[in-house]
Amino acid sequence: MATIAPLAEAVAHVVRDGDTVAFEGFTHLIPFAAGHEVIRQGRRDLTLVRMTPDVLYDQLIGAGCARKLVFSWGGNPGVGSLHRFRDAVQHGWPRPLELEEHSHAGMANRYVAAASGLPFAVLRGYTGTDLPDQTANIASVTCPFTGEVLTAVAALSLDAAVVHAQRADRHGNVQLWGITGVQKEAVLAATRSLVTVEEIVDELEPRPGAVVLPSWVVDYVAEAPGGAHPSYAHDYSVRDNDFYVAWDEISRDRDKFAQWLESVA
Amino acid sequence: MTDQKPTTDYTSDEMMTVAAARALRDGAVCFVGIGLPSTAANLARRTHAENLVLIYESGTIGAKPDRLPLSIGDGVLADTAVSVVGVPEIFNYWLQPGRIDVGFLGAAQLDRFGNINTTVIGGDYRNPGVRLPGAGGAPEIAASCREVVVVVRQTERAFVERVDFVTSFGFGRGPGEREKLGLTGAGPQLVITDLGVLRPDPRTRELVLTQLHPGVEVATVRERTGWDLKLADDLGRTEPPTDRELAVLRSLKH
Repeated sequence: MATIAPLAEAVAHVVRDGDTVAFEGFTHLIPFAAGHEVIRQGRRDLTLVRMTPDVLYDQLIGAGCARKLVFSWGGNPGVGSLHRFRDAVQHGWPRPLELEEHSHAGMANRYVAAASGLPFAVLRGYTGTDLPDQTANIASVTCPFTGEVLTAVAALSLDAAVVHAQRADRHGNVQLWGITGVQKEAVLAATRSLVTVEEIVDELEPRPGAVVLPSWVVDYVAEAPGGAHPSYAHDYSVRDNDFYVAWDEISRDRDKFAQWLESVA
Repeated sequence: MTDQKPTTDYTSDEMMTVAAARALRDGAVCFVGIGLPSTAANLARRTHAENLVLIYESGTIGAKPDRLPLSIGDGVLADTAVSVVGVPEIFNYWLQPGRIDVGFLGAAQLDRFGNINTTVIGGDYRNPGVRLPGAGGAPEIAASCREVVVVVRQTERAFVERVDFVTSFGFGRGPGEREKLGLTGAGPQLVITDLGVLRPDPRTRELVLTQLHPGVEVATVRERTGWDLKLADDLGRTEPPTDRELAVLRSLKH
């Protein structure tokens, strides 16, 4: 049964120094408010996991929260590069960042394996690429039925998962819809989980295509209206594309980024 | 193609986008990346390919956006899709078994055998000269779509003899390699640039120039190619964009 708590309290319980933690949301429903709370609480040595580390992870990396990044695509969608991420990889600023790199299919299957309680997942992936040489969690496996050689990826077990959703009820059952990404898999792959929501309602009215996370697989729910900004919450807000464009300039410059960081604290 | 007369007032990027759109046949199922591929696919859908099926890796199947999305996960894609599925499903159920006709990819580096790099340039992997965004969906799109169309501006930095890192496999180092690896798709069948069109030689799998865009000279293409570029025997000329293609393209951007 999920505990409904204020954001700061929920983050303090769920995300701890040294954790392997995923903040998921595929362009949609990215848990920015929770990520900014992690920055405020000064978490350190995190292994940050995310298929598409975009602006939120640029911010967490620039703020010095991360030791390692596990990912499949690191960019500012539709805009260009993540300059805090680049600065960390190319110059070790503000601290070196270890990388573990996958493809989207590989990452998605790693979450599925962990959510399924399996040690690995099988896919046709990475074939012919240079990625398996750089990433220990990619291997080959022979099908016991056909003898075909396929790719195996290790389960991506998480200490913590943080996602944003449209709604929860007062029991802590969570409902999200629109582009639902890998949020369900991330929550089910994690030991501890936090869902921030646009609103807490008396009753969850059914929505076509919605994912529902029952209260008993979620640890904390925190109300955070607008908590996905500058990404969006379908039927609540629209993506603030101007912010993503503006981030490019802030992110390019360490001083401008430092000013932005002060605005979060 | 429309019967309207061509115009000369267009940019080389517009020519590239129009050429990419024309490569998509009506009714094809297309896995679309953001940026130029998405622009081209939406242009095709509004001109000659009304029944083109657009699939974005965010899990939106059959999206019909009325404006160009900035990201692959804009709300307009979910609102207009036939179905919205999770990310594991889009890769496992839809891409992996070979249900997609065309995969549309960009590249930071592309080599003479159509291998793509979007990972690192220069230095080594752990200490790169330039760190790029990485793979995203591309390795499996390149492997599993029936064919791949690459859209990339032609520069000497991008068109290299050999990519610094193979993010997505084209033809490796030549004929037979895709088959040996058991890759089901045909690989990069078309490379569309701002200067012309390249296709793999059916025998050697090396990318050769098959078509020049209007006003472009062979010498310019060669200058901007980092290998000894061969020309097809029947080197063609791209039809310039029609007024209608340009009007639709420009309206998409507003």
